[in-house]
Amino acid sequence: MSDPIKNNGELIGWHDPDENRKWVRENKSRQLADKRTTVADAIRKYVPDGSLLAMGGFGHIRIPMALIYELVRQRKRNLTIIGKTAVHDIDILIGGGCVSQVEVAYAFGHELRGLSPCGRRAVENGQVKVTGEISNAGFQWRFLAAAMGVPFMPIRSMLGTDTLRQSSARVIDDPWSGKPIGLVPACYPDVALFHVHRCDRFGNAQIDGIMVEDFELARAARRLIITTEEIIDHEEIQRQPWRTVVPFYLVDAVIEVFFGAHPIEMPVTYYFDEEHIAHWLEVSKTPEGTSRYFEEYVFGVPDFDTYLEKVGGIRKLTHLKQVMKLQPDLPSSIKEGES
Amino acid sequence: MTWENRYNLTELLACVAAGLLDSGSSVFVGTGLPLVAGMLAQRTHAPGLLIIFEAGGIGPQVPALPISVGDSRTYYKASAASSMHDVMSASQAGYVDYGFLGGAAMDCYGNVNTTVIGDWSHPKARLPGSGGANDVGSFCWRTIYLMRQQSTRTFVKKLDFITTPGYLTGPGARERAGLPAGNGPYRVITQLGVYGFDDATKRLKLLVLHPGVTVQQVQEASEFEILIPGEVGVSPEPTAEQVRILREIDPHGLVIGK
Repeated sequence: MSDPIKNNGELIGWHDPDENRKWVRENKSRQLADKRTTVADAIRKYVPDGSLLAMGGFGHIRIPMALIYELVRQRKRNLTIIGKTAVHDIDILIGGGCVSQVEVAYAFGHELRGLSPCGRRAVENGQVKVTGEISNAGFQWRFLAAAMGVPFMPIRSMLGTDTLRQSSARVIDDPWSGKPIGLVPACYPDVALFHVHRCDRFGNAQIDGIMVEDFELARAARRLIITTEEIIDHEEIQRQPWRTVVPFYLVDAVIEVFFGAHPIEMPVTYYFDEEHIAHWLEVSKTPEGTSRYFEEYVFGVPDFDTYLEKVGGIRKLTHLKQVMKLQPDLPSSIKEGES
Repeated sequence: MTWENRYNLTELLACVAAGLLDSGSSVFVGTGLPLVAGMLAQRTHAPGLLIIFEAGGIGPQVPALPISVGDSRTYYKASAASSMHDVMSASQAGYVDYGFLGGAAMDCYGNVNTTVIGDWSHPKARLPGSGGANDVGSFCWRTIYLMRQQSTRTFVKKLDFITTPGYLTGPGARERAGLPAGNGPYRVITQLGVYGFDDATKRLKLLVLHPGVTVQQVQEASEFEILIPGEVGVSPEPTAEQVRILREIDPHGLVIGK
């Protein structure tokens, strides 16, 4: 067998599987304990400066925005972000000065909405360093390896490309077929932040719509903070335990945050606030505009409920629910509250 | 009446792309023009087209243009709302026939760059990176590219970065690297025409010109030499029905207005 081919990407988030087992044994409680707390306390307790951080959802789907804004509010610094398709989350964190490094499957873009002015500026002027490249499936399977407690996962993409050369993957000969096979190293984020549809006070969580990577990511991360649209009774979880995608022992903190993904889409529940996202993409074209945004929507508001009032309140939130249901806009006379 | 009055270039590209897809096959689509083409195919000649999204949507009847490949609309009336692990595994295991991608720049072997312009460690411009593109280009049996701006800056001799594999350095190179055997880039659709890849050399070859485009224009808009066969076809123009459906799919012109 030929020697493994090493590539140039920095190895981020890897632990020896025995070391991680030991960490889990010593740090993760198996107690069915009440984990309810506040956004501010959860971030203060579990996200020190320099953490390796991953968000659940998909870039601008089901993103824990209340937690993201809190990272900015607490002026967290030197975070390394897992760019497992990171879109609005990483953009806000880079704009807020929280990020020094990112491993990139997809970052600095907003899909159909175009490229990110703020993220690109930071990486092109050296404020944010790219530690390495990877593909979406590559990141997915780094989490799968960690979730399984194995050191790596074999993969048949990335081979032959610069994406592989700038990644932390290695290539060996498959002992059975003899063909070259990529190996992506397990990735254990220090902290993962999720926003879910509902969970109980212990952290047993249900998610509607696609899971994206969250089944694996919840099991890979050492710490998991969950915000939820709604906290439900444990009995409700017990009635349909097959709906639990994240069991309680993975979860460190639970916070109920209504509309906690705004301005992002919460599957089946509310749609993107295009107006607010467009506003961010416009103001973040300059550092000054970016600062003003944070003064207005983060430092200038005491809590997330006040933020929701500021972005349009109940009228706006109702509208975002209607768009999700594909309901047409109400006649303008009704919308403006006239009889 | 000239063609510009009846349809725009993006609509032509969407129709040409839709024409490559058939009922009973499966296609991995990204947002933007690839999805518009998939939706058009599903609403016209290929109602049984299985559309798959990388974030987990499987077999939807997409009601309106999604903004993200994870948008709820990607699993509207779908067979399954699954996970990335599930659909990426399915494509690695051979279940996905077509992959539909865009790209910033391409070389003669269909390798694509969406990562950086300039040197990787000190980029002149930073682009989003692979996302799922490398996986789609590695796993799907046939990859189709849609590139709206073919020029000497986008059809280049040497890429700054190979994000997604085409035929790498030529015949057999994909298999030697360990990529799944027997697949690769299949068609490239640009504003000028449709290209395939020569069987013997795996180099980009002109197949079809769009109405009014000449072979000379095609060659002038490329830094590398494009293989030109003896006979070159002409793309069919979009029908009034296709244009009507496209404007129904994308009423605000988010994609087809460009």
